[in-house]
Amino acid sequence: MTRFRPIYLLLFPPYIALLWVGSYNRVEPTLFGVPFFYWYQLVWIPLGALLLYPIYRAEERRKD
Amino acid sequence: MAHAPSTTALAVFVVLFVSVALLGFLAARWHQSGEAQISEWGLGGRRFGTLITWFLLGGDLYTAYTFIAVPAALFGLGANGFFAVPYTIFVYPIMFAVFPRLWAVARANGYVTAADFVRGRFGSSTLALAVAVTGIVATMPYIALQLVGMEVVLGGLGIHGNWPLVIAFATVAAFTYTSGLRAPAIIAVAKDILIYITVIAAIIIIPGELGGYAKIFASVAPAKLLLAPPTANNLGQGFGYATLALGSALALFLYPHAVTGLFGAGSKHVVRRNAVILPAYSLALGLIALLGTMALASGVQSMPAYAQGFKMFGANYAVPALFLQMFPSWFVGVAFAAIVVGALVPAAIMSIASANLFTRNIYREYIHPKCSPANELQVAKIAALVVLIGALCFIIGLPGAQKFAITLQLLGGIWIIQTLPSVLIGLYTRWLHPMALLAGWAAGIVAGTWMAAEKDFASSIYPLHILGVTAPCYDAISSLVLNLVVSLALSFVFNTIMGRARTDATAVGDYV
Repeated sequence: MTRFRPIYLLLFPPYIALLWVGSYNRVEPTLFGVPFFYWYQLVWIPLGALLLYPIYRAEERRKD
Repeated sequence: MAHAPSTTALAVFVVLFVSVALLGFLAARWHQSGEAQISEWGLGGRRFGTLITWFLLGGDLYTAYTFIAVPAALFGLGANGFFAVPYTIFVYPIMFAVFPRLWAVARANGYVTAADFVRGRFGSSTLALAVAVTGIVATMPYIALQLVGMEVVLGGLGIHGNWPLVIAFATVAAFTYTSGLRAPAIIAVAKDILIYITVIAAIIIIPGELGGYAKIFASVAPAKLLLAPPTANNLGQGFGYATLALGSALALFLYPHAVTGLFGAGSKHVVRRNAVILPAYSLALGLIALLGTMALASGVQSMPAYAQGFKMFGANYAVPALFLQMFPSWFVGVAFAAIVVGALVPAAIMSIASANLFTRNIYREYIHPKCSPANELQVAKIAALVVLIGALCFIIGLPGAQKFAITLQLLGGIWIIQTLPSVLIGLYTRWLHPMALLAGWAAGIVAGTWMAAEKDFASSIYPLHILGVTAPCYDAISSLVLNLVVSLALSFVFNTIMGRARTDATAVGDYV
């Protein structure tokens, strides 16, 4: 088994944020007229990818 | 002003479709090694780089049916239909963390399917057969649904009857047979250019014409704008929403077509890089989802010009109707070509993936164990044709097949997730006993199917009653929990009685 590396904790925020539906199931604040429920989840798409990037960098720096 | 389906739209559509189909045939010669073996045809020789894999997986996972059904869900159900967005977000951390490992062990041992890995890891051809059959059965309705997506768009162009579907599928069958996985890889590039053009145009033009997003969302019934909140003894729609997103994400990369696309990658760096860049498609999907709400705001559902289409295709007609209403007719041709070409890519990959499973885990395992690589390849190519023809006959030959295909696809997600303990947990430990995994798989399939049947196959959310609280939970998640409990408990029993000595064809070094 490979040892645990803390940078992998970055995998989890999207799950915590979006499985907690109660935190975003509302209309306000709206963005360009789009209710919070919709734009908040859309924002998490690029955010999720940005969180993966540092893990990717760390992973590629290891020799293999 | 309502545009009737015009000859301009049709002409643009036909020209684009024919050009893309030609690309599929030319693909056969691209980076061809000339070796007659299944990994050349069925995995494109495992040589695809980052960009081609990105297009291939993008075309594979975000299918034509997705582009029709996701906005249709927002159009019909409101907020509940938006679960596709967290679903696609949940997919990529899993892909990043787990799938380079599966890719590596498959490469090291020449595995072509996930069932090949299970066969090697646990030394059980029965468990591998269960994984293979689940994969094939879950994929078939998915292929049929691509035809449904095509039918809706062709209906929007004013083309009815079966012959256009037959032509489209004959094209897929022909280039799949000749070019294998290279065909959808090349076509995916063309398809995505069309899709991105359509999405960007739609997002720029339509909200403006409808008077902005505030007005668009004002057209949604207040009860559908958000999820029903929890009450004292019910966790509410949010729980169903979250489990649906999570379960769908866990299931996605167990589908054979996803595994095939992944195994075609040239290195595990390609797999990792794609987990980082594939969310670009999710963004497109999220924006496409909002088209459903725009369709609602545009009022197409009450316009006589589209009454016939809505009558035939229901909410699935929302996006075609919106495009016909909002776009100039030549651009309708572009947008509809994007969707139909978008159906060719996954249909080709899904048929290849099913063919790989049949050939490796049924034909070679049980029918002709000593077959030559050339023979194996020939069987796979014919199996792909049979799968495509089967899907076509199913959709055009069986009345009500469309509804049946949707039901089967709903069940497919519940079934395929039952292979998770064998495939994904199997990547990390071989402590689980193959017979225990088989029992867990069977328990999960029976329980999941039963829950869906209780809801008359209309919904995959089943209310669980736990300590006086009602939790509306996606069947795939609750049945997977049962599967895991059975697999763990029986593994403990079997390992205690029979010991842990089992054959494992994979070595520790294969996984990194």
